[in-house]
Amino acid sequence: MSSSDQSIDKRPWLLLSPSLMAITLLVVIPMAFILVYSFYENIDLAVDKVAFQFGNWSEVMTDGYYRTAIWKTLRLSVIVTVLAAVLGYIPAYFIAMTKFRDKWLLLLLLILPFWISFIIRTLSWIHIFGNQGALNGLFQLLGLTDAPLSLMYNEFTVIVGFIHVFLPYMILNIYVSLEGIDENLEPAARTLGATPWQAFREVTLPLSMPGLAAGCLLVFVLTGGSYVTPLILGGPSDFLFGNLIYDAIVTELNWPMGATLSFTLLLLLGLVVVLYSRLMGLNQLSKAFK
Amino acid sequence: MKLRVWTLLKTYTILVYIFMFAPIVVVLVLAFNSSQFGGFPIEGFSFRWFVKLSENEAIIRALRTSVILGACTAVIATTLGILAALALVRYTFRGKDLITTVLIAPVLVPETVLAVGLLIFMRWLHVPRSFGLLLLGHSIIALPFVVLVVQARLTGIRRDYEEAARSLGANPLQTFFAVTFPLMLPAVFAGALFAFTISFDNITATIFWRPSGMETVPTQIFGMLRNSVSPEINALGFVMICITVGVPLMAGALARYYMRNTK
Repeated sequence: MSSSDQSIDKRPWLLLSPSLMAITLLVVIPMAFILVYSFYENIDLAVDKVAFQFGNWSEVMTDGYYRTAIWKTLRLSVIVTVLAAVLGYIPAYFIAMTKFRDKWLLLLLLILPFWISFIIRTLSWIHIFGNQGALNGLFQLLGLTDAPLSLMYNEFTVIVGFIHVFLPYMILNIYVSLEGIDENLEPAARTLGATPWQAFREVTLPLSMPGLAAGCLLVFVLTGGSYVTPLILGGPSDFLFGNLIYDAIVTELNWPMGATLSFTLLLLLGLVVVLYSRLMGLNQLSKAFK
Repeated sequence: MKLRVWTLLKTYTILVYIFMFAPIVVVLVLAFNSSQFGGFPIEGFSFRWFVKLSENEAIIRALRTSVILGACTAVIATTLGILAALALVRYTFRGKDLITTVLIAPVLVPETVLAVGLLIFMRWLHVPRSFGLLLLGHSIIALPFVVLVVQARLTGIRRDYEEAARSLGANPLQTFFAVTFPLMLPAVFAGALFAFTISFDNITATIFWRPSGMETVPTQIFGMLRNSVSPEINALGFVMICITVGVPLMAGALARYYMRNTK
């Protein structure tokens, strides 16, 4: 039995098996169960019947309410992603290019938000836009208004909350790919007669695309799958597809519908991930950790 | 001209950093506001909300649940993650790229879907929601991040040391505990800290998985938020930020100090 060297080495598989087993048991199999449950029939609160029927699916496909939710979710995800890219690119560029001695401080500050509670960061915007928030306080101090203006609980505050939480992902991903670019390339383009803007547009920007794309994918998928931020910062009409899932499972206890909606969300966002991995590969995503 | 553009970029960057940190600073400041409301105006300096916080049993209970859950998650996710990362760093085998993708895949599944899936699976098994479900769930959410972080750190460890130990007569187990593990310790710490933070911070999946009556700090805050931000939440935010930012920073500073002294 001298199997260890010549044939397949079992040791890596031994080391991997606990993780792979956990993922199979806690992620892969549950996904299959979501699909199975989507064909079940809901009888009453938290009561469902084993069945194979397309009632839930046809409701999701035909009811305009769900289509509106899908549309809203895609729209909001695109807005958040584009704004995060616009807001994030320049800081990433600045950190990557600066000769500033304390560059590490900028990087540390970039990672810091990851250590700060998501819910605290989200609710902190109530202190800015709320009735007792900083803006209303300022307006009243300046005598611009008597009664507090209602600036909160609308789509704008939801967007601000999302960008605030996801921006570090974007900046970090762009920074990583900018940092990997040979720093002689832009000067080389300049010597060949390019203006600074041309050098940036023709050399640096295309080379930083993988990081920008990875950042966009992360922000898009994370926004598209959320439901907590709209609950904290949004009004009644600012719901995402995730909120429908939350309502179906937590409030209405309609498990088959919750399963159907979850699988729909998985398909929609999965499509985006597959599209991305076809174009870019998934390797870029892990680079931000190094 | 070039300088002007650069100044513009710098100003833009500073503004983005202000955007990222101003609201957090506001929470930190408002925690000391003596006013009975959680917002502005600031009426005076006071520690009363911290005293109030320490007397709030629901929050203390939630804090205890969160810390225990985070610690257990860190143990499980780090153990699994280190084994997997070792396999990826130390061995070449067929299908490695695929395996790496599979290990990272849970990150790309929307957390809401992950939560519903596991919940439905447990329902099918007739297992009620429990602390155990939260623990398993949090571990699987943290696992990909731990693998990535640990893998990045492990790549830096040279195998020569282990080979030297082996050639001096140590058996594989001795080598692991006397050489490899101490070298891996920073990676272990980084992974565990990351897993703890992910668990401590999680709300999206926790809302689905927690048994009724059990609250973690984020779900407790979420529950208290229905009407407005109470001053206690500001104080709690202050405490949480001190823990989750202060501990890693101190660990980092200590590690740096330690490294400098041993050199």
